[in-house]
Amino acid sequence: MTIKQKIIESLQILGILEEPIDESLNIPIESARFVVLDTETTGFDYDADRILCIGALVLQNGTINVQDSFEHYIDQEHFDKSSVEIHGIIRRDVLNHKSEIEVLQLFLDYLGDSIIIAHHTKFDVTMINNALERNGLDKLRNKTLDTAVLYKRTLIKSNLLQYKDHYTLDDLADKFDISKKDRHTAIGDAYITAIAFLKIIKKLKEKNPIMLYHLFR
Amino acid sequence: MKNTISQRVADFLKNFPPFNYLEQNDIEVLSEQVSIIYKDKGAVIFTENEETHDSFYVVHKGAVELLKNQKNDILDMCDEGDIFGLRPLIAHENYKMEARTHEETILYAIPIAVFKPYAIKNSNVGSFIIESFASNTHNPYSKSHRGKLYGNAFDDESNADEVIDTDNKILDLQPIKYSKKIITCSRATTAKEIAVTMTKKNIGAMLVVEDMLPIGIITDKDLRNKIVTGEYSINTTADVIMNSPVITYSKKMTITQAQMAMMKSNISHLCLTKDGTANTKAIGILSKHDVMVALGNNPAVLIKALKRVKKAKAIKPIRAKIMQLLQGYLDQNIPITLTSKIITELNDACIKRVIELSLAKMKTPPPVKFSWLALGSQGRSEQLLHTDQDNALIYEDVPEELQEKTNNYFLELSAAVNKGLFEIGYDYCPAEMMASNPKWCLSLNQWKELVHDWISKPGKDEVLLSFIFFDYSLSYGDRDLANQLSDYIFGDIDANPIFYVHLVSGALQSPSPTGFFRQFLVEQDGAHKDFFDIKRRALMPLADAARVLILSHSVKGISNTYERFEKLAELEPQNKELYLSCSYSYKALLKFRTKQGLLHHDSGQFIELESLSKLEKVKLKRTFKTIKELQDVISMRFNPGKIAL
Repeated sequence: MTIKQKIIESLQILGILEEPIDESLNIPIESARFVVLDTETTGFDYDADRILCIGALVLQNGTINVQDSFEHYIDQEHFDKSSVEIHGIIRRDVLNHKSEIEVLQLFLDYLGDSIIIAHHTKFDVTMINNALERNGLDKLRNKTLDTAVLYKRTLIKSNLLQYKDHYTLDDLADKFDISKKDRHTAIGDAYITAIAFLKIIKKLKEKNPIMLYHLFR
Repeated sequence: MKNTISQRVADFLKNFPPFNYLEQNDIEVLSEQVSIIYKDKGAVIFTENEETHDSFYVVHKGAVELLKNQKNDILDMCDEGDIFGLRPLIAHENYKMEARTHEETILYAIPIAVFKPYAIKNSNVGSFIIESFASNTHNPYSKSHRGKLYGNAFDDESNADEVIDTDNKILDLQPIKYSKKIITCSRATTAKEIAVTMTKKNIGAMLVVEDMLPIGIITDKDLRNKIVTGEYSINTTADVIMNSPVITYSKKMTITQAQMAMMKSNISHLCLTKDGTANTKAIGILSKHDVMVALGNNPAVLIKALKRVKKAKAIKPIRAKIMQLLQGYLDQNIPITLTSKIITELNDACIKRVIELSLAKMKTPPPVKFSWLALGSQGRSEQLLHTDQDNALIYEDVPEELQEKTNNYFLELSAAVNKGLFEIGYDYCPAEMMASNPKWCLSLNQWKELVHDWISKPGKDEVLLSFIFFDYSLSYGDRDLANQLSDYIFGDIDANPIFYVHLVSGALQSPSPTGFFRQFLVEQDGAHKDFFDIKRRALMPLADAARVLILSHSVKGISNTYERFEKLAELEPQNKELYLSCSYSYKALLKFRTKQGLLHHDSGQFIELESLSKLEKVKLKRTFKTIKELQDVISMRFNPGKIAL
């Protein structure tokens, strides 16, 4: 390591010099193509549980094309009665269920190299990755953002405020006055997430002008 | 592809014309082609002379202003469900106006190519469009047109109080109502019977008809002048005392025309007939009151309108009118004391109404007495603009076993009220200083314990909380509970004098407004970089100082800052001059902030110095001198340097 590199590195550690920017992310947030997604699953076990439905929307420049939305139900052998209460998907109750591999293929085409947005993204992405693996496909390599994490950045710093570790999608919908009518349908949750994301960006912009890469810090 | 989102879009659209004329299936197909667009406040959707987009727009949430660029005149305000940007698409011309969001907005963009076949196929849709255009074609940009009263909904005679005009409610955001339920009598009806009916129906005028045609009108004034004076007996028949012939007008009348007509003939009621002459059927009565409501330039009328409101959402347009009123007062240079009294009164009435509506929705009445407190600037009656909500709730002490149940009741109530306030334009408090937060919804005893904690162990946070909290005022409910808490606070502060010292040091901590060379100190970073923070650097130091001083005199019941200074001038004659100039400065600063806020449609906290004239800057700086002097007085008196922190 040259002396110059060393100086740069130590300045970065001290926070005096900012880390180098991923040039592909040095663009306005409006230019990026986001896929906002949510999955409905049979439960919360990464190994045992299965995806029942993937719902997703494309968000670009603050616009969602209704036609360009993704909503596919998957026919699964595994089934857990207790989760029916939440998502209301009874086995084979929707006629056009497809096989897992079919839906995954459609989804990969839809997703492309877009940035994924979800609420508690890790859960949805892990469920999808596990499904991909089972079907002998590569894991997702897309960049991801999580509204649960981004939302925390909009909160003011105050000793008077009690912060939660986890903010649910319901919390966000209440705060941002988003209708919860379609809560717990994959695409309904994806829509709430998309609107929440837009409102979060607005809040963050009030503090400072930001580019896409700021969201990944 | 039909999906959950397109169904939700369809559910929304089907409530509004012209979509309500479409078949369910058609709306669903249409909805699949919609784009949902999010726009921040002040975002431009299209500009004047811009080439048309391939879609027109429906406001889903928020509001959009249409304006003529040169003068920045707002020609129309589109609310939820309103359509805009359609006409140029049909007429194949460029946009004639600019469309800009008035607040954060979600739009549905509907491609004209998808919509057009329906407009052609469905005659109702077609005629709706033609009619809404027609109302624009006389002279779409004239100001006299802005108050056009009657829309096409008029023909539907089943509704008693018709809501008029959906397209042209330019500055009149509130639906305008006039009386369609015409109460009539015949020529032979006696004055007594007429008076009884008018009282029963709560109306101010009665139409005398013959063969369905209006032949005369009798108003409150006629009864007073002709009957009560003894000129005629109460058994006189209508034809003797009525005003005849009736002055009639057609329904196609603007507010301005209605006003002129009333002024010209010096009458308070206009009779509206089918073709505008006395030879056709009477279809409505328009009273001076209706016109005043439509103009919204009268606090009393707004208060009345508030009382009629059945849903929190319906208060929003009334609040818009309150803002118009505020703008008018400022333009006319009406003293800020009077202005803020009236506006605060109106704002309070809005809040009260939201609480009443929320209470009505609860399954049971409140189990015990409670008081709803406004905190911060609202508590000080200084909140003229829309800002964040700060509030808290006190309820009567209950036995231990009822505590949880009672608390839950009030938390539920508070959540409803906070949501209602949000809907009418008060943002949620980012620090969660709201009654729906379990920390700020407590029984009287719990409150006493809490404030005792602050007063006896004052740290930085405790002092800050006291600053926000001790300026409360009662918005709704039981005055006694609030007073009991005030008494407790005064008693406790007297017993813990060290608390003053902390309050004082807190009050002296606000950042200085000017630097060494008397230049304005502006924000160094953030979205408001290079702006002057009038709230933190000028208003707060004065408000904080007034609070400390007034507490030291144990004066309760005055929470307003400039009134506190006036009281202090009375109590300390030796500092009279300083306190009066503080009071004056505060008012000047408040006015300043309000004007800026109205100009930029925000809270007015951050001021762009470049937009100020030289004179304004001088005025601002003069107030800073007063702040400095006041802070000197306080630090001399309480000597906060003595405490070891």
